Amino acid sequence: MPIPLWSPSEPQDILRHPAVDEVLTGRQNLTMFGRLYHLGWPEARTRAGELLERFGLTGAADKQAKDYSGGMRRRLDLAASLILAPRVLFLDEPTTGLDPRGRNEVWEAVRSLVADGTTVLLTTQYLDEADQLADRICVIDAGRAIAEGTPEELKSRIGGDRIDVVVRAAEDLHSAATLAGRVAGARAETDPDARRVSVPVRDRVPALTGVVRALHEARIEAEDIALRRPTLDEVFLELTGHRAERDEGARTEKRTEEDRTETEASA
Amino acid sequence: MTNTTTPTIPETPLARLRWALADAWTITRRDLTHWVRQPAPFVIGLLFPVMTVLMFGYLFGGAISVPGGGASGGEGHREFLMPGMFAMTMAFGLEATLVAVTTDAARGVTDRFRSMPMASSAVVLGRSAADMLRSVAGLAVVVACGLLIGWQWRNGVGEALLAVGLLLLLRFALLWVGIYLGLVFEGTDAVVAAQILVWPVLFLSNVFVAPETMPSWLGTIAEWNPLSATAAATRELFGNPGWDGESWAARNALSMAAAWPLAVLAVFFPLSVRRYRRLSR
Repeated sequence: MPIPLWSPSEPQDILRHPAVDEVLTGRQNLTMFGRLYHLGWPEARTRAGELLERFGLTGAADKQAKDYSGGMRRRLDLAASLILAPRVLFLDEPTTGLDPRGRNEVWEAVRSLVADGTTVLLTTQYLDEADQLADRICVIDAGRAIAEGTPEELKSRIGGDRIDVVVRAAEDLHSAATLAGRVAGARAETDPDARRVSVPVRDRVPALTGVVRALHEARIEAEDIALRRPTLDEVFLELTGHRAERDEGARTEKRTEEDRTETEASA
Repeated sequence: MTNTTTPTIPETPLARLRWALADAWTITRRDLTHWVRQPAPFVIGLLFPVMTVLMFGYLFGGAISVPGGGASGGEGHREFLMPGMFAMTMAFGLEATLVAVTTDAARGVTDRFRSMPMASSAVVLGRSAADMLRSVAGLAVVVACGLLIGWQWRNGVGEALLAVGLLLLLRFALLWVGIYLGLVFEGTDAVVAAQILVWPVLFLSNVFVAPETMPSWLGTIAEWNPLSATAAATRELFGNPGWDGESWAARNALSMAAAWPLAVLAVFFPLSVRRYRRLSR
């Protein structure tokens, strides 16, 4: 449940589940909360209508909240927190357990909030989400803040861009990794399941042409070669020192469950 | 988009009271809307005491001896039975309060209310107003049922209204017990416990049988049971037959029927308000 922050001296509890009345309709929920914020009846009704429209709930406005999907419920919950347009809003893992559609809906809602001038402090375990939404990110590992900065700053910390090469034949993986590593002057990583070699590079285009030429000369066929920015997942693993575990999917997953990332998006 | 800012909390006591009452009314309306949107639990709650009346009036009626020499299982029995059934209906209300309080706590609604600039007393006040409305409706249904099966008040409207007042007073006291227990025991455990425990409390009273017929220590507990006090007092006020117990509690049923709920209120009202204010996770 998102909690509007009334004043900095009164930190509020942060809850995870949407706190709406399931028996009432979306409109009745928002009107009731509007009344409890001491808006007059007509004002509370108008505000409910505005918020329903803003969060794309107009069609479901007169359905009971218990019939809402997870994403709709979170949006209704968000809307209820925005009756008075708070300056700061805490969101604790607002998309946990939502399907991709629901997640996109919540993301859109958060973006439009930030666009309207609300500062949102949200926690998430999905670094993708942090990358999409946040202006500033604070990475927390085992209870300690281990890095802070914009997504770009964090990505730069692990050495800029990366080249990914997907080889056609699995037996070429090792030699491709050696070649790419030599061209880039860094240690290349391999993902045998995806037949992918990944290597950090400094000079973007010269490194790319260098890798292409080296592969061609060694007669290694590539299915795909891509130059890309590092993902925040890579940043996280680098920062937390779990990179060696990366290919052991299960352990990485367990690790990220324990760790949390706090992100902040502000206007 | 409307530009809405945080309301400032009023300063004068009178304005604060107006806020609290407005908030309480919003919470009460919410429950009324629940009844319209989801009528089944509400209707079942109203009809369950009626079922119990029919069960004890006709099914077991013949097996229970009746004070005042009325024919067993006949009208005399039902006239004796009804005041106890009224008291029972009030006791059942405890469960409705518990369900409402624990559901709100589980859904996080209580926490949202607490994050709002609303009077902290309003949530419990609104809950109590809604529950009292529900109980008035419940009592009206059982009274109507009693009139249909031959029960009547014999001492005039004034005493009958006083009896109704005592019944609602008992309900009001139990309401605060329900709010307190609902806030203390989160989850459905408390509800299940209340559903089961209401029966021994009910049977360990003068609602169905004379405490004199019980072993003396059990009879004493039954006579001092708040339900017994209300049942005995309302029998007296309605002019219906009752047990003529010899104990102090039985002879002073009227005072006991007023004193018990007030004592329960004096304990559980402050406890509930304090508990609500201190809720934290």
